[in-house]
Amino acid sequence: MDKFTTLTGVAAPLPMINVDTDKIIPAKWLKTIKRTGLGPALFEAIRYRPDGSEDSGFVLNKEPYRKAEFLVTGENFGCGSSREHAVWALHGFGIRCVIAPDFADIFYSNAFKNGILLIKLPQAEVDKLMEDAEKGENARLTVDLERQVVTRPDGEEIHFEIDAFRKHCLLNGLDDIALTLEKKTDIAAFEGSQKSATPWLYL
Amino acid sequence: MAAPKTLFDKIWDSHVVRRDADGTCLLYIDRHMVHEVTSAQAFEGLRLARREVRRPDATLLVCDHNVPTTDRGKPIADEDSRIQVETLENNAAEFGLPYFPLTDIRQGIVHIIGPEQGFTQPGMTIVCGDSHTATHGAFGALAFGVGTSEVEHVLATQTLIQKPAKNMRITVTGSPHPGVGAKDIILAIIGRIGTAGGTGHVIEYAGEAIEALSMEGRMTVCNMSIEGGARAGLVAPDETTIAYLKGRPMGPTEDEWDAAVAYWRSLPSDPGAAYDKEVTLSAADIEPLVTWGTSPEDVLPVTGAVPDPGTARDEAKRRSMQRALEYMGLTPGTRLSEIPIQTAFIGSCTNGRIEDLRAAAAIAKGRKVAEGVRALVVPGSGLVKKQAEDEGLDAVFTEAGFEWREPGCSMCLAMNPDKLAPGERAASTSNRNFEGRQGPGGRTHLMSPAMVAAAAINGHISDVREFD
Repeated sequence: MDKFTTLTGVAAPLPMINVDTDKIIPAKWLKTIKRTGLGPALFEAIRYRPDGSEDSGFVLNKEPYRKAEFLVTGENFGCGSSREHAVWALHGFGIRCVIAPDFADIFYSNAFKNGILLIKLPQAEVDKLMEDAEKGENARLTVDLERQVVTRPDGEEIHFEIDAFRKHCLLNGLDDIALTLEKKTDIAAFEGSQKSATPWLYL
Repeated sequence: MAAPKTLFDKIWDSHVVRRDADGTCLLYIDRHMVHEVTSAQAFEGLRLARREVRRPDATLLVCDHNVPTTDRGKPIADEDSRIQVETLENNAAEFGLPYFPLTDIRQGIVHIIGPEQGFTQPGMTIVCGDSHTATHGAFGALAFGVGTSEVEHVLATQTLIQKPAKNMRITVTGSPHPGVGAKDIILAIIGRIGTAGGTGHVIEYAGEAIEALSMEGRMTVCNMSIEGGARAGLVAPDETTIAYLKGRPMGPTEDEWDAAVAYWRSLPSDPGAAYDKEVTLSAADIEPLVTWGTSPEDVLPVTGAVPDPGTARDEAKRRSMQRALEYMGLTPGTRLSEIPIQTAFIGSCTNGRIEDLRAAAAIAKGRKVAEGVRALVVPGSGLVKKQAEDEGLDAVFTEAGFEWREPGCSMCLAMNPDKLAPGERAASTSNRNFEGRQGPGGRTHLMSPAMVAAAAINGHISDVREFD
């Protein structure tokens, strides 16, 4: 997984609440057996017209947002289905950071597994960043994960909270599975006691 | 004397392999169910890293999302679907994992077959790459959905890196009136707490109305926990649970039975255990419910009318309601019971079990599906299908003009041939009414199996209580 330390880029505004993962990536794209190639399918139903051409009114189809690396959006982003494909589609498009008042739990976990930083901020702060994002060519934000700060185009810094373990893994690009396998002896010891106490769990 | 614990606390604490200073835990996973949509990339990851599956005995594979519900003797026509199904079959063989092929009577929707087989038991931690894994919480298990990266992590290590959720208790008191069942109870709950009401929490469902539910009713309730934002939902195991589990093929053996039952009886929350959030509903206040919009929280009694966005609590919600009405092609003030439907779907992991089929058949018996309505009944597994056929339910449905299908996820989510066309309106027993969920431009109204049958007969959303 790539490290995430700082990011400076264009922020796209998506002022919708309860954006579900079906909206982020429709089910037909879940038939892929790869993690890549889903960028073009991001927000498909609201990004393209029925004939497949781009809807010029949708934010990600307009300049400068075609190269957006930040997304600023409403509460409960990523609700619904657990499809990690939603994260892969965001990543494939180029988004590396999403800012919202809150996120659905499963989507939250999935994003961090793919090197995408999710930042929860109070609605009032999100509203400021949404205004910034609507500024077109001046819609540029910077995030510094180590300092836990988002910097607005006018230089104002907004502090955010983040779980220490998630921050550590993102800063260092750590592979969860390798980390866990370092604790193989603990896992085996657990299995030994569990099997004695509740043998029916082992088929 | 240790502090009283909730059911969730007990299951969590008994599965911690390691706990770090900041509260992040390595949590052991007792059961891992795997389906074809969210596993291909995970197995590929194992293959590339040359890793094995740590607990093949604790893993169960099945195809359900992509499979057609007709013409099962023929190869799958959609190439991508066929490849996904073949990929799972190859992975089962390569990694030596238990798998129910399409030709096996035990095949079906992943969250229906686990409980049927006794694979799902109280006190377990259970995961699957599917958000409706919450279903298994009906047994007093901690069951939740994960993404593909976590599927890979569980395959390789049989653990997950997790922080504990908070505890939420939702108590449903009293008894529901006739015509009101488990689906209405969970829709009422989601209507009350909203789609983010349970975020960060696991929900324990309690109260007389929950205790009175059968295991299938409890599965319906727990299934939709995720639509209320909670990753997992649980019902304390009791005598109903124990009776259901006796003799199931993958459950405790006869020798193990007494010890297992004693353990299960120790799991319910201790008196005085603390919950971070509590909500109470009265079952007697619940009417047969339907969704009108594009979120499971858009719930109203069938006697109600399409709402006016002007009544929304804030601008964002008003915009959202307005958008939903436009998408759904509805006008504020229209009576819900006047809304015509073109398709009726009975099935899914929410309501694809034998009791659901019985409830729908009771309405369908001796009646006919309305002219112009396409009505599907999709049993949730080969075993449910067989039992339904033994009880003559298939004949009731086909005589009424419903199509009787093979087991699979079907029309819940537009990944197989069963889909809505743009603008087509369905009464559905599934769990999500998001834009495009059942097909691009498809319009979904969620409700109970009996309510879907009533809608199919009348050709419009209907109050099941008007049927004798």
